[in-house]
Amino acid sequence: MADESEETDKLRKIREGDVRTASRLIRNLEDDLPEAKSTIKRIFPHTGRAHVIGITGPPGAGKSTLVDALISSFRKKEKTVGVLAVDPTSPFTGGAILGDRIRMQRHAEDPGVFVRSLATRGALGGLSKAVGDAVHVMDVMGKEIIMVETVGTGQQEVEIINHSHTVIVVLVPGMGDDIQAIKAGIMEIADIFVINKADRDGANQLLSELNAMLNMAPEFPGGWRPPVIRIGNVFDSGPFGESLVELSAAIGDHHRRLMEKDLLGDRMRRKALMEINEALRDAILAPILKELAESGEMDRITGRLLRKESDPYTIAEEVARRFLK
Amino acid sequence: MAKRKIRIMVAKPGLDGHDRGARVLARCFRDAGFEVIYTGCHQSPEQIAAAAIQEDVDLVGLSCLSGAHRTLFPRVIELLREQGADDIVVIGGGIIPDQDFPKLYGAGIKAIFTPGAPLEAIIDWIRTNIKPRK
Repeated sequence: MADESEETDKLRKIREGDVRTASRLIRNLEDDLPEAKSTIKRIFPHTGRAHVIGITGPPGAGKSTLVDALISSFRKKEKTVGVLAVDPTSPFTGGAILGDRIRMQRHAEDPGVFVRSLATRGALGGLSKAVGDAVHVMDVMGKEIIMVETVGTGQQEVEIINHSHTVIVVLVPGMGDDIQAIKAGIMEIADIFVINKADRDGANQLLSELNAMLNMAPEFPGGWRPPVIRIGNVFDSGPFGESLVELSAAIGDHHRRLMEKDLLGDRMRRKALMEINEALRDAILAPILKELAESGEMDRITGRLLRKESDPYTIAEEVARRFLK
Repeated sequence: MAKRKIRIMVAKPGLDGHDRGARVLARCFRDAGFEVIYTGCHQSPEQIAAAAIQEDVDLVGLSCLSGAHRTLFPRVIELLREQGADDIVVIGGGIIPDQDFPKLYGAGIKAIFTPGAPLEAIIDWIRTNIKPRK
């Protein structure tokens, strides 16, 4: 465990925005080191200032390119920006290619921008387990805007709502018929919809499907009806720039609405609940699993299950009775 | 439960758009269980050093096929040093004549792999020389 003055020094550096210290801490959080958690305990009271924007949508929808463009637009307004970009870990080798950064490299030398790639490392829900704490780190560094880009998602990866104040769902034309638009899951979590690559066929159809879906919604919390913003070809800079102005205005409007209607409280409560949940799982379940594995009992239990001598529920009840008093 | 992972950045400095090799490497590093950040082509040494620090990588693999390695590779090392990040190991690859090896090693490049180097040899080098932290 690092000594007291070293920890204080680390905290000071992070609050001053030191990238090397912050990046190292995020690495230690990803690697699940206990001392990284103690640092989070210390920075936690200073968190809660940044506007956290989640960006999600299917693979190849253009999320990273959009994040890159948004970085520029926030920098023009002299806001400092942090980006956490998540890409999937291979379930077979544990390796990962983190490629979101390619789209954002032109900002690499801007001291007001800090881009960090994270691999999912087995986490479900489209994010990495470390993402919540990494947001805290960037927040304490003083980043005013933090964008969290999920992996390319399917229908169900909605974890991003637990981490963001504003969720942008990025869609592209031609991904399915109008039944897709009324399904549960990712289509429900948007504060802002983006129809990306809107110069392609099917963009108008997607727009009317989304509007039809939104028209059916019984109510919108705080009266915020998610706007649908069409964004065209990134290489057609005139119209692209205009639609980006529209998007960044919508992000600002949404943030103001959250403040005015005191909706931020709900989102923060959701995040708090999720953080407690995860911390409890780490504190209670992880040691049990570790002991079962180390004592060799996990192998015995698995054998019983495979031979049909028991079932998962009975086994779980036995383990719970033994460990949880 | 702590689990250290090796993070590698694959980068192409300078005016060189030929990244088949870099992509093959990125893919084979992934298959070796490393986390790989690929920055794409046409990167300045400044961009590469800044990205390596932001990503807190253990290793930067530079690929250059344009002949500018004698200038670009040492510059990346210099920038990392200036920013207190000289613990990040830098290796290089590409079309690099034998007579340039001493200059590059002298500048702090830890290994050089040229066409024909077996992928396994590169991975073995990394496994031997880059230890996950602590």
